[in-house]
Amino acid sequence: MTTTHDPRAASSADELTAEQLQERFDALIAADQRIEPTDWMPEDYRRTLVRQMSQHAHSEIIGMQPEGNWITRAPSLKRKAILMAKVQDEAGHGLYLYSAAETLGTPRDEMFEQLMSGRAKYSSIFNYPARSWADMGAIGWLVDGAAICNQVPLCRASYGPYGRSMVRICKEESFHQRQGWEILYTLSHGTPKQKQMAQDAVNRFYGPALQMFGPPDDQSPNSQQSMDWKIKRFSNDELRQRFVDMIVPQAEALGLTLPDPDLAWNEERGHYDYGELDWDEFFGVIKGHGPCNQQRLQHRIDAHENGEWVREAAAEYARKMQERAARADTDTAPAGSEQR
Amino acid sequence: MGSVGQDSATIISAGSALTAEKLLDSGVTAPERTAEYALRLGDDALILAQRLSWWISRAPEIEEDIALGNIALDTLGHARMLLTYAGTAWDRSEDDLAYFRTEEEFRCAQIVEVDNGDFGRTVAKNLIMSAYFYELYSRLVDSADETLAAIAAKAVKEVDYHLDHAVQWTLRLGIGTEESAGRMRAGLRDVWPYLDELFEDEPLHDDLEGIAVRPSTLRAPVMERLEVVLAEAELEVPEVKQARTGGRRGEHREALGFLLAEMQSLARQHPGATW
Repeated sequence: MTTTHDPRAASSADELTAEQLQERFDALIAADQRIEPTDWMPEDYRRTLVRQMSQHAHSEIIGMQPEGNWITRAPSLKRKAILMAKVQDEAGHGLYLYSAAETLGTPRDEMFEQLMSGRAKYSSIFNYPARSWADMGAIGWLVDGAAICNQVPLCRASYGPYGRSMVRICKEESFHQRQGWEILYTLSHGTPKQKQMAQDAVNRFYGPALQMFGPPDDQSPNSQQSMDWKIKRFSNDELRQRFVDMIVPQAEALGLTLPDPDLAWNEERGHYDYGELDWDEFFGVIKGHGPCNQQRLQHRIDAHENGEWVREAAAEYARKMQERAARADTDTAPAGSEQR
Repeated sequence: MGSVGQDSATIISAGSALTAEKLLDSGVTAPERTAEYALRLGDDALILAQRLSWWISRAPEIEEDIALGNIALDTLGHARMLLTYAGTAWDRSEDDLAYFRTEEEFRCAQIVEVDNGDFGRTVAKNLIMSAYFYELYSRLVDSADETLAAIAAKAVKEVDYHLDHAVQWTLRLGIGTEESAGRMRAGLRDVWPYLDELFEDEPLHDDLEGIAVRPSTLRAPVMERLEVVLAEAELEVPEVKQARTGGRRGEHREALGFLLAEMQSLARQHPGATW
């Protein structure tokens, strides 16, 4: 047998040379075909994917916290049920993404370790606090809305398991965005206090949501390679523009304003102009100076450490059951079948 | 009773036949005494769901964040239907009942109020409550009250799955490691004193013959189920004294006040608001 399914193997069953493998990979990318886990791929491509997919998974898992913060205080039972389902979806997204990343050869434990040690990043937006109930609306509408703009093109990402996991995730995200919009709509059409709560939440999340697309194109070093590999299909600024164009009319429909005095329709460009974002703040939050960086990471570490004994028990139980089953097999084996 | 260690993948979760909204749209009105009964069941489910929902983002594995969240969500669904139905008798919505009653107006059993504690205590509580709910709802499907029967028909399929989850974890914690068995034993001791209350008959049940399930009739099947699981998990029925009961009369554990203060805080800051 010469067949090997080790995706890291430099040679395959076909005994291709390194140049031929690279050519085949390039041809697949050029033809908009999918790269699958058993295909040969350049190490940089693999590393880039593991980094991006695990960061995405971490963002889903850390992103459970700001909304989880309001589950026990949701102001109606219907909202409580919807919020629980949404946060549960996020855990599910994290799982798909970790699983998809595992097809590249990095186990979930290792990705967790990178997150907990602070070596891996997650979306900076989750380092902001969810102070009011209206934040559940702003997170759904703006944060999930920005995530959708980012993620819809990823459904066509060249790596098969990533693209396919994004298809399902995007379907659920669009529900999430709608529920966020509906929370804000209800608040902005409720009492003056509720409307004020909604406006305050939008004011706080607008800037950080626009920054979710990453730094401006001229300051985004990894973007071009990702676009060449067809992992990324549009630049940060293109996606940000698309998002701004989407939310301006939506904000009007909500009866809320966006906190940017420079927002204006540009007839010539056919897009909305928007003001300069606070990139010093953005890079500060990425470096750990956000309001909740320490808290979010510690929460995850605590959950993981408090669960250690449970995971050990499950593993030990599985081992004991296997042992008992093996013993039972031996006990019931026909006489004389034992090997001496 | 067969082996408790069945494969959970074989159990199919229920569909979404009945909801609180559909129930309200049907225009049905609960008779007063039936409403009082529905309130007891609804409060048990609501407070249990409120406790369980805390685990989301704090569970030992992401798979458990999802599982505990799912159980909490199902249980909240039962609470919503039961409270909506109860409220029809007094022209009060599920939210009026959940958010604008005081401690002494709640009718839940004390066991659901007990703090989550560690995963062992949560599993112990889930084991008892899912066994209790399973036996309760599988009888309530025959209630002469059509609405209660319909709610039970939906709920029983879901609590069957919750019971499986609790049983699977009881086995793993009981048999797994010395530490897990110790924590599971401690968890069982923490919740066991509140078991009797679940089986206590009240005059209300005399008035609802054929409509309500008489709690005392659930003791034998629930205990049998628990004893089988604990034996298979190499655990024992804890030797602890039963606490004084009173939840059904509005006499609650101190923990309920804190739970309600948190749950009701936002709704009470904005009375009359729509969310």
